[in-house]
Amino acid sequence: MSKALLYDSTMCIGCKQCEQACAEQNKLPYDDNIAGEQFQSEHKFTAVLTRGDKFMRRLCMNCQEPACASVCPVGAIKKTALGPVTYDASKCMGCRYCMVACPFSVPKYEWGKLAPKVRKCTMCPDRVATGKQTACAEICPTGATKFGDRDALLAEAQQRIHDNPDKYVNHVYGMSEVGGTSVFLLSSVPFETFGYRTDISKDPMPMLTYRVLSHIPDFVPLGGMLLGGIWWITHRRDEVALAEALERENREKRGGKQ
Amino acid sequence: MRPRLTFWKLTFLFLMAAGVYATVLRFTRGLGASTNLSDQFPWGIWISFDVLCGVMLAAGGFTLTATVHIFNIKRMHSIIRPTILTAFLGYVLVCLALMYDLGKPYNIWHPLIMWNPHSVMFEVAYCVMLYTTVLALEFSPIVLERFKLEKPLKVVRAILIPLVILGVLLSTLHQSSLGTLFLIVPEKMYPLWYSPILPLFFFVSAIAVGLAMTIFESSLSAKHFGLHLELSVLQELGRVLIVVLGMYAILRVEDLANRGVFRLIFQPGYQTYLFWIEVSLALILPLALLLQRRVRNHPQGLYWAAVSVVLGFITNRMNVSITALEAGTGVRYFPKWSELAVTAMIIAGGFAMFGIAVKYLPMFPKEAVSETELGANALPALARAGLEHAGD
Ligand code: SF4
Ligand code: SF4
Repeated sequence: MSKALLYDSTMCIGCKQCEQACAEQNKLPYDDNIAGEQFQSEHKFTAVLTRGDKFMRRLCMNCQEPACASVCPVGAIKKTALGPVTYDASKCMGCRYCMVACPFSVPKYEWGKLAPKVRKCTMCPDRVATGKQTACAEICPTGATKFGDRDALLAEAQQRIHDNPDKYVNHVYGMSEVGGTSVFLLSSVPFETFGYRTDISKDPMPMLTYRVLSHIPDFVPLGGMLLGGIWWITHRRDEVALAEALERENREKRGGKQ
Repeated sequence: MRPRLTFWKLTFLFLMAAGVYATVLRFTRGLGASTNLSDQFPWGIWISFDVLCGVMLAAGGFTLTATVHIFNIKRMHSIIRPTILTAFLGYVLVCLALMYDLGKPYNIWHPLIMWNPHSVMFEVAYCVMLYTTVLALEFSPIVLERFKLEKPLKVVRAILIPLVILGVLLSTLHQSSLGTLFLIVPEKMYPLWYSPILPLFFFVSAIAVGLAMTIFESSLSAKHFGLHLELSVLQELGRVLIVVLGMYAILRVEDLANRGVFRLIFQPGYQTYLFWIEVSLALILPLALLLQRRVRNHPQGLYWAAVSVVLGFITNRMNVSITALEAGTGVRYFPKWSELAVTAMIIAGGFAMFGIAVKYLPMFPKEAVSETELGANALPALARAGLEHAGD
């Protein structure tokens, strides 16, 4: 059963305990300065954004069909059946295509290091694998961040909008964005306020490149055949010319002997 | 002559010194200290210029080998060696540049055993690896000849045609795939450059630049190494170039119109200016020049048209990979001095290696040599045996 997170910003009080729990879980530094940073970085995998009295979390959406995983040439990033999108630093060669490709610009890089790693929220894969909640969901005092089965959470999110249509923007962010994600967001103000684009594709991003890549197996034998054929035809003329020349010469030779 | 030589030597030494210093910076202090890259802008000129443009500039290799060996246009044979040399050097330099750009360059071999066939980057990595090998083999006869190694020479010549076919296939794949790389970020790119037919654009422009580079380097070799310039051959390349540029222009206009972004090209702004610089250099100026017979028949005219095409498509690839992404991510990127220094060193190194190769290797074989070589490649064994017999 695939897991997911539901973050309901109307329940969030901006205490940032999720930030702190995330830092502990991922062995990252955390202090008041870092708490003040309003963006994700190589040392901050989730950020609670503040606009007036509204809050919104930013974190890796752990997409159902992640662009980052599809573009990684060495398969360092993987979508697991349970939901988390994991990263294996020992495979990574640092091409940073994942950073370019992610529609939410989530992956960050350790620019200052000599053996840099890509850093992002991976939805606590070790905890999730042993049946535990993510660190952020476990600590959340109000239940604004909730962990559970993906289908159930999605239904619950829709139910909340249905029950309180005036309170929410009528959209579960992550339900259909880039083909669906494992993080759902609910908000009372437009998602754009916090930099979440709603004009984003509803189809999985990997389709865009796969449509092209999938032609390669046809292209290679056909192309090879075509080029070989052209070679054969264009050189056939030389062969004929040469054979005729040889014939003539042989005939002359024979003629000379007789 | 003397002072000019010293000037170039000085420039060369300066570029090398700056490049070495930047190299030390890159490998002791990391990417952060040696580049202006950031989380918002993770790919800079080491990808845009060194890799995307580098591979394009080396496209003469597959264009010309296909012309000569597959389409059997023998007139072109006299310029095939310097073109293969340029291509080979180009790919070696691209791989070198990648070592700077990759965060963990010592893992560059990972795609060999860690596969992800869904990744365009994986496909590019494989094609580039294989094609560099193919180019090394296509280039090897020149070295083998120089050292009179007859046995391996025979082997390479025997497999030349399959090699050429493989090279053309691999090139078609990865030249277009460099465009496919960007298909996955439709929302992040400025609409003048994001197009579902980016792979086709990259492929056609690679052919155009391949032709232009062949004209360019043949002219340069003629000037600086006092070699005989095959004007008729270059004129022919010029004519093909017109056709390819024309095709590209039609595709480009159709694509802009189909996607309904035509109005953007008249909307004043940073992107629009760069678009017009690109289109003027890559399409308008060279087509205007080449369509006049007087210019086309003049070595100087051909040369400048070729230079314009090369600069134009360099602008194009920088626009796709920098300008378009800047617009989508809302940040400005300008390379740090050390990024420029590494790139300049790599270019200077390429020129130097070309010069050395031309000096010490039989790059421009005498007419007779090229004829027999051609014969050896092109004719089936039976006919060749007959020819030898006839010669007795
Ligand atoms: S949000 Fe970005 S980094 Fe996270 S899974 Fe999706 S594509 Fe990957
Ligand atoms: S930077 Fe690493 S994880 Fe990201 S795409 Fe490249 S190899 Fe994969």
